[in-house]
Formats: sequence, C-alpha cells, structure tokens
Amino acid sequence: MVRWLLSGDYPRGLALNLGIAAIVLALLFAPFLFPGTRALNTAATICIFIVLVASYDLLLGYTGIVSFAHTMFYGIGAYGVAILLQRYGASWGAVFAGLGFGLAVSVLLAFVIGLFSLRVKAIFFAMVTLAVASAFAILASQLSGLTGGEDGLTYRVPRMLTPAFRLMDEQLLGVTMNGRIIAYYLVFVVSAVAFLVMMRIVNSPFGRVLASIRENAFRAEALGVRTVVYRSLASCLAAGFATLAGALMALWLRYTGPDVTLSFTIMVDILLMVVIGGMGTMYGAIVGAAAFILAQNYLKDLMGHMAEATAGIPVLPDLLHPDRWLLWLGLLFILSVYFFPTGIVGRLRKSRQA
Amino acid sequence: MSPVPERSAGTGLSHPLVERLRAAAPILTVPVLMLLALPATGDPSAWVTLTLAGLAMGMMIFVMASGLTLVFGLMDVLNFGHGAFVSIGAFVGASVMLWLSGLLDPGGVTLHLAAILPAMIAAMVVTGALGVGFEKIIIRPVYGQHLKQILITMGGLIVAEQLIYVFWGPDEIPLPRPDALRGALVFGDVAVEKYRLFAVVLGLAIFLAMHLLLARTKIGLLIRAGVENGEMVEALGYRIKRLFVGVFVVGSALAGLGGVMWGLYQEVITAQMGMEIMVLVFIVVIIGGLGSVEGCFLGALLVGLMANYTGFLVPKLALGSNIFLMVLILMWRPQGLIPVAKR
Repeated sequence: MVRWLLSGDYPRGLALNLGIAAIVLALLFAPFLFPGTRALNTAATICIFIVLVASYDLLLGYTGIVSFAHTMFYGIGAYGVAILLQRYGASWGAVFAGLGFGLAVSVLLAFVIGLFSLRVKAIFFAMVTLAVASAFAILASQLSGLTGGEDGLTYRVPRMLTPAFRLMDEQLLGVTMNGRIIAYYLVFVVSAVAFLVMMRIVNSPFGRVLASIRENAFRAEALGVRTVVYRSLASCLAAGFATLAGALMALWLRYTGPDVTLSFTIMVDILLMVVIGGMGTMYGAIVGAAAFILAQNYLKDLMGHMAEATAGIPVLPDLLHPDRWLLWLGLLFILSVYFFPTGIVGRLRKSRQA
Repeated sequence: MSPVPERSAGTGLSHPLVERLRAAAPILTVPVLMLLALPATGDPSAWVTLTLAGLAMGMMIFVMASGLTLVFGLMDVLNFGHGAFVSIGAFVGASVMLWLSGLLDPGGVTLHLAAILPAMIAAMVVTGALGVGFEKIIIRPVYGQHLKQILITMGGLIVAEQLIYVFWGPDEIPLPRPDALRGALVFGDVAVEKYRLFAVVLGLAIFLAMHLLLARTKIGLLIRAGVENGEMVEALGYRIKRLFVGVFVVGSALAGLGGVMWGLYQEVITAQMGMEIMVLVFIVVIIGGLGSVEGCFLGALLVGLMANYTGFLVPKLALGSNIFLMVLILMWRPQGLIPVAKR
C-alpha cells in the first residue's frame, strides 16, 4: 500500500524517513497540535507550497529547465477561482469552473511559451519566461476591472469553508470544529493527492525520459526521444499543478492579489525552496517548503531578538533586521548550489550510502 | 552535391539590390518601426517627442545590456545578477551626487550639475570592482554549467538586493535632476526634453567607443575572435580567461553607469530597479542575438521605441508590446537580429 502510494520511491535514509514522517504527521494533525490561526495558516501555506515547489521541481530538478514563470501559473489558478467566486457568488460550481478555466489557460500558455522558446535554446526559456511573467504581472494589475488591480480581490468562499460553519457543536480535543478546519483538510488532502500523483509521474517511464533529457539532452535526442515534445509536456504538467496550488491558495486565503500570487518575490522563494530542499527529489519539496515557510514565519522573530541584542554595534543590527532574513537565505542558497547541489534531501541520502 | 552556391539557388531574383536589402534588413527594422509609428501617432510633434524618448530609453538599455551580451558571447555565461550592478551603480551614484551637491550647493533643492560626472565615475569604479569579486566568487566555479549559473547568479542578485537594503535602508531615494537637465528645448511646436537628448548623446558615444574598440583595436579583435571561437584564441596563446575578466568588469561598470542614467531619468531609485530593468535587458539581448553588440544596440532601440509608441497609443500594452516584438523577431530570425557565428 505504502509502496503503491509512493510509487516505490522512498525517502531513503533514516534521518530523512523520520524527518518526512514528522513533517507529514505534523501537517496531518496541525489543527490539533498547534492551535491558533497563525499556526494553522502556516500549516496550510506549507501544504500548498509543497505542491507548488514539487511542480517546479518537476521542471527544474527532473527536466533541467529553468523557468521564471511559475508564479504566473500559480497566479492564474488563484485569479481563476477568485474572479469566478467574486462574480458568481460563493458556490462550489464557481470554484471548479475557476479551476478548470485556470488550468486551461495555464496549460495553453505553457504550451505556447514552450513552443517558442524551448526549441531554440534551453537558456532562452529562462529569459523568455522571466519577460512573459513580468508582463503578465503588469497586465494583471492593470486590468483592474477584472482582477481588482493592486488591491486584489476579496470574496466569499463556499459556506462550508467559513469559520461560521459548525461541523459539530462540541469541541474535539479542545478544538472548535468549524469551517476553517474543513478548509484546512481540503487543502491538505488535495495537496497530498497532487503530491502523490507527481511522485507517480516522476517515477514513470515518462519521468525517466525527463531525467535523461536533464542529464544529456543530446544523447536523449540521439536515442530517439523527441526532447522538445517531452520538455513542452513537462512544462505544461508543471503549469497545471502550479495552477492547482494557486486555486487552493485562493480558497484558503479568501483574498487574491498580485503580492501573494504573482510577485517575483514568490518566484525567488520557490527557487530557494527547491534548491535548499533538494533538486530532483520530490521529497525536497516537502523539506524545502516546510523549512522555508517556518523560517519565513518564525526566523523573523528570532532575528528581531538578535537585532535588539546587538543594538550597540554598527552594521550588525541592520544585517540582523527581521526584514533582512532573505539575505541569509540567499547566502544559504548560493552555498547550497555550490556545496550541496542536491539540497538537504540529497545530502541526507548520500550520508547513508557512504 | 550541387556546385551552385546556396544563395543564388532558388528564385532568380537575387538582384544585387535585393541581396543588399536582405543584409541590411536588421538595421532597417529601426527606421521601419519609426515610419510605421508616424501615421499611427498622427501628430508629427508628438512623434518627434516619442521617438526621442524611445531612442533615449533604448540608449540607456543598451548601456546596461551591452556588458551582458558580451559576457555571454565570450564565455557562455548568462549572468542573471547583472541587474544587481545596475541597482548598486544607481545607489552609489546617488550617494555621491547627494553628497557632492550638498558640498557644492548647500541648501539646494535639486542636484548639482557638476556632481553628475563624478557620480557616474564613482558608480562605474565601484561596480567594476564588484564585478571582479562577483566573477571570482560567483561565476568562476560554475563555468560551463548553465543551470547552476542561472541559479547562482540569481542568488547573487538576491543577496545584492538585500545588501542594498542593509546599507541604504528600505526606502526609495529621490533624485531630482539639476535644472540644466530639466525641461525641454522648444523648436516650433516640437519639444525636445533635455535629459533625453543628453542620454541619447551619451549612449551614442558609448556605442561608438565600443564599436571602435571592438572593430579597430587588438583587444577588440581578440574579443570578437573569442566570441566566435574561444578555444582557437587560447590555442594561439592568448589568455582568454583574463580577457573575459576584463570584459566582465567593463560590462559591470557599464551596468553601473546605466543605473545612474536610469535613476536620473526616473528621478527616483529603488533596490528592485535592477531586477525590473533586467526584464527589458533580456528582451533586448534575445532580440539582438546573444553575444552580438550591434544586435544588442538595434534591439535596445527597437524596445525603447516600441515601449514609448505603445505607451502613447495603447498604454495598457506597453510591456506586452515588447514581448510581442520579441516573439515576432524570433519567428523571423530564431537566433536574433544579428546572430553570432559560433563554432
């Protein structure tokens, strides 16, 4: 059963097994283990980012394509759901229509971008996606009639997912069973299923072909693999999963705006999560997303304390200012590209083999 | 095997004029775009203003993009961190300008004109020096690995952007232009903004200097040879790595200069400006053909003109139009306007 679920691709390594298990269990019981809105919000964000990061890993780690348009697809998913929920009221029909619409747009866009840039040179793809994504972000903020512009959209989600909805009257283990818990488990289950589907994809013959393109595109071509087709397919698949993640985020946040979906900062975050977690290992997405988002939410507090503690010294408090946490993660990113190109997961696996 | 050369095969139309037109086609794109915009804007004086604005913007983008394209051509290194030099140059330049203006003209509201040249030199020196370090620490370990290059230079960009926040604070810095570079010269009903004229002249001077350096000097010859076939240059006994460091440093310094020019153009600088400009720079470099300075120049002019024309005609499509331009040109010439002959 477990083998079937994980498609025969185990984390490998004791520390890794325990770590992954701990993260998954913590996420599974998050509403009961860590009560409070902030903790639940963090847990849901981790779930969604695991899908987003894993889908990016499908491109970067498995196929060896660098794309900077991943947030665009994420944003399309979020805006698809948001716009339909706002226009046609809080119904499940609107949610699914929005998701379907978003998926169609994303996959089509990914296909067109791939068609233009994947044929020429792999390095073009990075630049073209960067340009297209930034144009899309500007477009989204300018079409304010549809997207709400810079302010974004606030909307109501189906009643089942709101705090006002009560699943049962009594508390369960001291937690009020309201619609937010249902929303959290919806996010959790969809994320888990999406993750397992991606595991299946990368461990299928299709996934092996992608890896062969990453390792040596020329040789893969010589063996009769139509690399352009496979690269485009991988890019469409990744776009689809990113759209799904965006739709989940829209449902969870009940707000969609350029800053939370389309900004380049999120693209950088995704990149950091993939590389720090481990490229080319789906489990890297779990480790990377969990570590990064926890750091994002709690490292700032720690750095704030450290900045206060070093207040007398010249530059140091500025370096330790809570808003500068990205500086440290950026350094960690550079170091990990040098020394641990396979990230935390690859590192832990290797130490087991040695 | 047909003994007939490929060119004269096909249509019987290979008239010398057609051939020459075909060779000049990339260069002709710029005047063609200008002429197309003339009826579209409908108003000659608006057209002159827009064209000058477009040329000025194009020149500034060229200054920033030229280093990137040469670095790529010479060493096959794609530096996503190039934008960091733009930002850092702008901030260093701004600091120098504000400091000098305070000295020269205490209590003045705008910057002092005499402060601009020292600021540009300071920005170029600092970004050039940073370029040496960046090349050593960030780029050298990942020669020949595109994926790692993209990732690591991106990391460099993130760190550089954050360091700007550390040293200059999170707020944007206003840069009021000196009065001498404000306002416009009016000829009849045509207004020519002074700073744009200044930017065009400076950009043109840099392009000409670069062109002369590449076309007429021994170093230029080596650089061009290195772009075409680096191994052969090495085999002939030249240290291409050293050449590359030099090009990288000059490219970084030009990016810094471009940052100062852009900052004065916008009259405000932010830490993210480098990243924002990188989008345009990449479009330019792709349109021009990776590695080609002339192509980069043409691409920059096209992008600048296109951005200003569409900004006037259909403001909502300003950046989208450049993507459209890129797609159009890639469909016509998949390797860019002036492709570089690679071995």
